[in-house]
Amino acid sequence: MSARLARAALWTAGVLVAAWLVAPTLVVIPLSFTDKVSLTFPPTGWSTRWYANFFGDSAWTAALANSLLVGVLVAVVATTLGTAAAFGLSRWTNGRGAAAASVLLLAPMIVPGIILAIGIYAVFLKLGLAGTLVGFVAAHTVLAMPFVVVSVTASLRTFDERLETAAASLGAGRWATFRQVTLPLIMPGVVSGALFAFVTSFDEVVVSLFIQSPTLVTLPVQMYSSVTRETDPTLAAAATMILVLTTVLVGGGLTLAARACIEVGQSHSLIAAMRIVAS
Amino acid sequence: MAALLSPLSPSGPAPAAAPAEKGAGSRRGTRNWPFLLIVPALLVLLAVFAYPVAQTFVSAFTTPSPGTGNFAWFFGSSANVAVLTRTFSTALWATVICLCLAYPYAYLMTVASPRARAALLLIVMLPFWTSLMVRTFAWLVLLQDTGVVNGFLGLLGLGPVSLVRTQAGVLIGMVQILMPFMVLPLYSVMSGIDRRLLTAAQSLGARPLVALLRVFVPLSLPGVAAGATMVFITSLGFYVTPALLGSPSEALISQFMYTQVSGMLMWGRGGAMAVVLFAATLLLIGLLGLATRAGRRSRAGAR
Repeated sequence: MSARLARAALWTAGVLVAAWLVAPTLVVIPLSFTDKVSLTFPPTGWSTRWYANFFGDSAWTAALANSLLVGVLVAVVATTLGTAAAFGLSRWTNGRGAAAASVLLLAPMIVPGIILAIGIYAVFLKLGLAGTLVGFVAAHTVLAMPFVVVSVTASLRTFDERLETAAASLGAGRWATFRQVTLPLIMPGVVSGALFAFVTSFDEVVVSLFIQSPTLVTLPVQMYSSVTRETDPTLAAAATMILVLTTVLVGGGLTLAARACIEVGQSHSLIAAMRIVAS
Repeated sequence: MAALLSPLSPSGPAPAAAPAEKGAGSRRGTRNWPFLLIVPALLVLLAVFAYPVAQTFVSAFTTPSPGTGNFAWFFGSSANVAVLTRTFSTALWATVICLCLAYPYAYLMTVASPRARAALLLIVMLPFWTSLMVRTFAWLVLLQDTGVVNGFLGLLGLGPVSLVRTQAGVLIGMVQILMPFMVLPLYSVMSGIDRRLLTAAQSLGARPLVALLRVFVPLSLPGVAAGATMVFITSLGFYVTPALLGSPSEALISQFMYTQVSGMLMWGRGGAMAVVLFAATLLLIGLLGLATRAGRRSRAGAR
């Protein structure tokens, strides 16, 4: 009896925590369809005027276009570099070198964002990269690459290296082996890495706040400055669209990653282990 | 911990195979080809990560004039030291609250059926990837004086409480956002604990709760240490949530850094605070490393 009671208590606590993790964010969805000018919840009437407002305002649409462009470029660059690095890391026989390289590859996850933001801002100001597309892509690539490395490494771990030996014994060169044997088999890890890279860039606020310029503002930066200025339900419309887009992409990424969430979950606790090892 | 790290450590048998390859001769020149694949990523990291961060640290000692003037400025004013103390106490509270909420959740994940476990894991992972800006905005709406939380408190007969622009508001937002950093390390350690030990303890006469407290909890401590360090370190450098949910008069160190650098262009002062923040981070990692090693040794000794 008491065991059943304990189990019920445990489940109650778990469900409450789960609700608290998910529910508060969902409040932006009904809010975006309010017909009032204020952000009162729950809304009393419904309309789509705030979406019309979003797409009618060039500040919002430009920010959305910038975020999509930067995100796609970051996904391409970070996935290419990160996949190559993860593959090299898994085949490098120099254990100490590989350990040092993997510490550097994952380090951007550990250093507080504000420190990196100040540093990048200073360097970019000097190089004239602040507020440029190249600058945004470079900064976001650094933040996104660790997620690609982690995701690709996880799928390389389940890959049977003997397949490469077999391909080589049949006369395939190293590149042909990679293209035709390895890459197709680690594709889920590569694609989920690309999705995470896009989302990392699409959500990034702190570094972007520093390197923004009046001509290049990303969606989270536009949201940040609107929040501090006014409370307009257009914000809720923007938030809803970001929420839906990132949830779809991340849901896809998590499902794609081999053994879905477990693998990625472990990869994230790897950050914790990293910190210990780094000492 | 070794198991956690394995995804990035080089594959096991490879080093053993290396000497044989050395003898092969014909392949000697191309033996380091994997390294060449890492080079482009490393170059980008050196240019856009390592160099800027190093530059920030150096500026603390060189800008505007060489010396430790920036540190003297920072530690010389009680208001600045108060920012530092506030940052640490907020991080400590966030860690404690996260632990209290995450421990039962992670434990539930280890005893739930595989399907329920996947659902619980997804619930932790999805917010991890949900835009920080969107979540902070949602909290801003919920916590405002006329918001849902205050409406609910009103129903209970508790007058409106100011939550936005207070430390309480910052904590509520931060804890929700930091939860995955606590749940995931906890879960990965807890799932490795042999549950038959609990059965064994009970068969020797321990009541279930006693068995849990004396057998399971001590074995889960490495997860607690890893999760707590993660949450604590991450909250030390948090910017967006405290900036939007907190009060400008009760700034945390990251907000202070932002105003010094972005608003006043005091690069050296920003750099000095970056050094302090980073030193605190490294110190915590070091302490955790020592604690983990000591724990492992005492467990090995017990065996």
